[in-house]
Amino acid sequence: MSENPLVRFKNVQKSYDGKTLVVKDLNLDVERGEFLTMLGPSGSGKTTCLMMLAGFEPATHGEIYLDSQPINNVPPHKRGIGMVFQNYALFPHMTVAENLAFPLEVRKMSASESQDRVKRAMDMVQLGGFGNRRPSQLSGGQQQRVAVARALVFDPDLVLMDEPLGALDKNLREQMQYEIKHIHENLGVTVVYVTHDQSEALTMSNRIAVFNDGVIQQLAPPDALYERPENAFVAQFIGENNKLRGTVTELEGDYCVVKTKTGAAVYARAVNVGRIGDESTLSLRPERVLIDPDPSTVQNLFEARVLELIYLGDHIRTRIELLGRDDFIVKVPNSANHALMREGDVVTVGWLQEDCRALDA
Amino acid sequence: MKRVTTVLAAALAATVGVANAADTVTVVSWGGAYTKSQIEAYHKPWIARTGNFIVSEDYNGGLAEIKAQVEAGNVKWDVVDVELSDAIRGCDEGLLEEFDISTFPAGTDGTAAADDFLEGTVYDCAVANIVWSTIYAYDSTKLSNAPSTIADFFDVEKFPGKRGIRKNPKANLEMALMADGVPAGEVYDVLETEEGVERAFAKLDSIKDSVVWWEAGAQPPQLLADGEVVMTTAYNGRIFNAVASEKKPFEIVWDGQVWDLDLFVIPKGAPNKEAAMDFVKFSTGTEPLAAQASWISYGPVRKSSSSLVGSFHDQPDLKMDVHMPTAPNNMKNALQNNFEFWADNQDQLNEQFNAWLAQ
Amino acid sequence: MAQTAAGAIDDKLLKKRLDKALFRNRSRAFFLVVPLLLFLLVAFVGPIVYFLTRAFIDDTFSSLMPETTAILADWDSTTEPTEEMYAVLVADMVVARENKTIGKVATRVNRDKPGTRSLFTSTARKAAKLEAPFKESLIGVKKKWGDIEVWQAMKTASAKYTLGYYAAALDLKKNSDGSFERQDEKRRIHITLLTRTLKISFLVTIFCLALGYPIAYLLATLPAKTSNLLLILVLLPFWTSILVRTTAWIAMLQSQGVVNDLLVYFGITNDDSRFSLIYNQLGTLIAMTHILLPFMVLPLYSVMKGIPPSYVRAAKSLGATNWTAFWRVYAPQTVPGIGAGAILVFIVAIGYYITPALVGGQDGTMISNTIDDHMRKSLNWNLAAALGGVLMVVVMTLYWIYDRVVGIDNMKLG
Repeated sequence: MSENPLVRFKNVQKSYDGKTLVVKDLNLDVERGEFLTMLGPSGSGKTTCLMMLAGFEPATHGEIYLDSQPINNVPPHKRGIGMVFQNYALFPHMTVAENLAFPLEVRKMSASESQDRVKRAMDMVQLGGFGNRRPSQLSGGQQQRVAVARALVFDPDLVLMDEPLGALDKNLREQMQYEIKHIHENLGVTVVYVTHDQSEALTMSNRIAVFNDGVIQQLAPPDALYERPENAFVAQFIGENNKLRGTVTELEGDYCVVKTKTGAAVYARAVNVGRIGDESTLSLRPERVLIDPDPSTVQNLFEARVLELIYLGDHIRTRIELLGRDDFIVKVPNSANHALMREGDVVTVGWLQEDCRALDA
Repeated sequence: MKRVTTVLAAALAATVGVANAADTVTVVSWGGAYTKSQIEAYHKPWIARTGNFIVSEDYNGGLAEIKAQVEAGNVKWDVVDVELSDAIRGCDEGLLEEFDISTFPAGTDGTAAADDFLEGTVYDCAVANIVWSTIYAYDSTKLSNAPSTIADFFDVEKFPGKRGIRKNPKANLEMALMADGVPAGEVYDVLETEEGVERAFAKLDSIKDSVVWWEAGAQPPQLLADGEVVMTTAYNGRIFNAVASEKKPFEIVWDGQVWDLDLFVIPKGAPNKEAAMDFVKFSTGTEPLAAQASWISYGPVRKSSSSLVGSFHDQPDLKMDVHMPTAPNNMKNALQNNFEFWADNQDQLNEQFNAWLAQ
Repeated sequence: MAQTAAGAIDDKLLKKRLDKALFRNRSRAFFLVVPLLLFLLVAFVGPIVYFLTRAFIDDTFSSLMPETTAILADWDSTTEPTEEMYAVLVADMVVARENKTIGKVATRVNRDKPGTRSLFTSTARKAAKLEAPFKESLIGVKKKWGDIEVWQAMKTASAKYTLGYYAAALDLKKNSDGSFERQDEKRRIHITLLTRTLKISFLVTIFCLALGYPIAYLLATLPAKTSNLLLILVLLPFWTSILVRTTAWIAMLQSQGVVNDLLVYFGITNDDSRFSLIYNQLGTLIAMTHILLPFMVLPLYSVMKGIPPSYVRAAKSLGATNWTAFWRVYAPQTVPGIGAGAILVFIVAIGYYITPALVGGQDGTMISNTIDDHMRKSLNWNLAAALGGVLMVVVMTLYWIYDRVVGIDNMKLG
């Protein structure tokens, strides 16, 4: 955490009805130049946080700082924050060029400079020559680009994006993810991005704040979030995950032993467990489970039965029955030297203690 | 608005046992206290006598509905109470059935119908029932000194305040001329000339800014009661009823009254022509006419009725004869509406009147 | 080349097949609306067309006085009428008297020359007893028969097709030589009324917009529960008869009414100089604005409801103040609603009649009141038709201008 973040949420709370808190005591710093994503299921409070930052919703409690200045009482148009909306919100009665010129015009910029900037912004999103079209004459992807260009054309320090790619189809979405990422890298602008799509978040962000129930569950770079989830919600929400429930029977330093209901003892890394006797959820990524490993290299080794094999090209998705669960997934790399399995086979599976994280119940 | 006077009729029909023969006659009149007086004096006794039904409807005058019904060949009205000019015009245009006065009942004193009716009250297609009058009235509690002449109505210096006037040239032009000093007998001669019309409009112009215009007969007593105007022209019966029934402090000024007739007509092709004819003959008989005069202060048109006119139906002390337009005291400076003049000049004068209003 | 030619043939064939396939759909669609079309034709288009023709077709005189009409056709309008003309006139009058049609003839001629009605009706009563020479005996009955203007009026009336009614509707009068000139000033009424009607309708539209816009905005932005309640309040007047609403305004605005009482009570005016709020143009404006307000609010509301709040938010985030965001972004998007509401209110207002008749007094009545007057009182249906025709042309012209300026596609009713 730097001493001078661009945005700081300090003990921010928000309630719409005066009874329940949608955002509970939020503390978050957004660094300059950062691409920070607020990720979470709907109703988790992420969009509310964005709206508070933009100025469209007042915080019920706490303070939001922009560039070290408290902005709770600053109206939206004075915050100088660019914003891209879910449905683009391009003004339908204006042409593309007029849409882009709008923020410059309200800032009383000279016509020639305004034209110049509009042209550059259109070139940036590869829409040169579309200036005289109406938004309704553009495709969804093109509209999206105009919306991004409009949010950037007045050189804001901060751009907010509220699920901007939600309405696009899968291919276009992926393409736009890269484009936005590149624009961010080229301009060095700070972006706060809201989405419920975890792969989008992983692709684009420097850091991701995972929201659930009005609370940030974990704030970390994408790889850390995936590799080192700090609680069961994050582990489950980010990427594919195998869950095993059990009770902590041994705890020593960073490591522990968790006993499942079937009585098996699993050696795991103690990430988020209280003390011996507490319940815990074990999290294990499917690609970290090994089929027929060398017993000397892994701490955990169990017998399992193959239930289902799905051929996916680069790997084979294998569902096995293990430790009393029949939804345990293993990704088996499609390598030439790998033993072929058949449904119903009984195989040995194993994993490193390091790869298995013991989290909260 | 429809009122069906059938409760009584049904009860009667049941006892007398003539339900099968019963006709339902639609009688159309002007509504309010006036229709009420007709229901009491004509409808109820006739229903009791014949066992027929009467549907009573209200309208605001004019020939348009009758013309539309007759020309469409779909006549719904059996008897209509109309003004004289409409009766004449409707007859001329063949919209009305003709009457034979010799078939009308003689007066109770034995005088034949043709002689019993006042002069100028019986026509080919219409028989009058009442004499009514356009007068002006004031609220005695609002004025310190009482106006007494038609000229006073047009004198806003001496009697400041708003005036209610019917939004129509008829009777207004006559009153204006009388107020300007034209004797009643010469009014229509003067009006025949363009200068005369100018003179009448000039007189109206002198109070134009103080005028509240009314259109339906029920409005003037209301305007007076609400204090919207200090004096207003009105139909004399409406003012009388407001005084007699509602104890309003209104006074009628008879000087310069313009009296007129209301007549019964039967549209050509009326669905119950026979029963309608019977109703008209019954209603214009000596006794019903006299009976009506005990409900409203409109004068009966049969000479034989005069002596039977008594007092107001629920106030034995209130003698009706002095409240009639035809009472000698009220006729000192009175003018009969000239239907022929209006038939000739109505369209043109209406146009001029409306143009004058719009100025 | 050969290939393109073959392609062209194929195109033609394809087009044919497509047309054939579409024809069945189209004819089915057509048959589905046939009953409605017939209904409209019989109950709507037909009567209107028929009525409008009455404005320039008037065969009253020519059909009821056929012989006179024939002989008048040869008359040059300036020479003294001949004995033969008088004789034919008497013959026609005898027939008209028997058929009870003389009143219609008299009314017709009276329109062109006021004061001749009784001339016809009274003469017709004696016509059967008249003897030759008819010229003398007619003039003997009424001196007026010697007046050439009566004959000129008859000649005008005998024309089956006439522009006279439209001329009258435009405050023109026909000279004896057939040219038109403006009516005497004291009889000019229709142009005055027409401009007044347009002015009142325009003002009512402006007032409805000024009052309706904020209401519609409130309705569109409030939470559904509150806005539904408010919407019912807006619609409530729709379920009350116009007569009742207008009468309520009379009770409110008359000089002894609620508003004036309050003004006196608060000392804004004193008891002797109460304001005239009704029975004048102001009364018409107030009552009509109130009655027509829902016509403005509903289209505005439905358009505003369709504008997501994100537009205004976007404008604000781009640096626009509330005011700029409203004027530059929100208001332009409500233009279709404004257009629809304005044209709806304006066109309904232009034909309004009950309210101005009740509260209009002398300077608050409109053209439709005059049409009504000619329909019901003077029975001059031809003139009523002409006035209706003029009104229709005015409305259509305005509609055309509106289409040119705003564009009819740029209108949204809901």
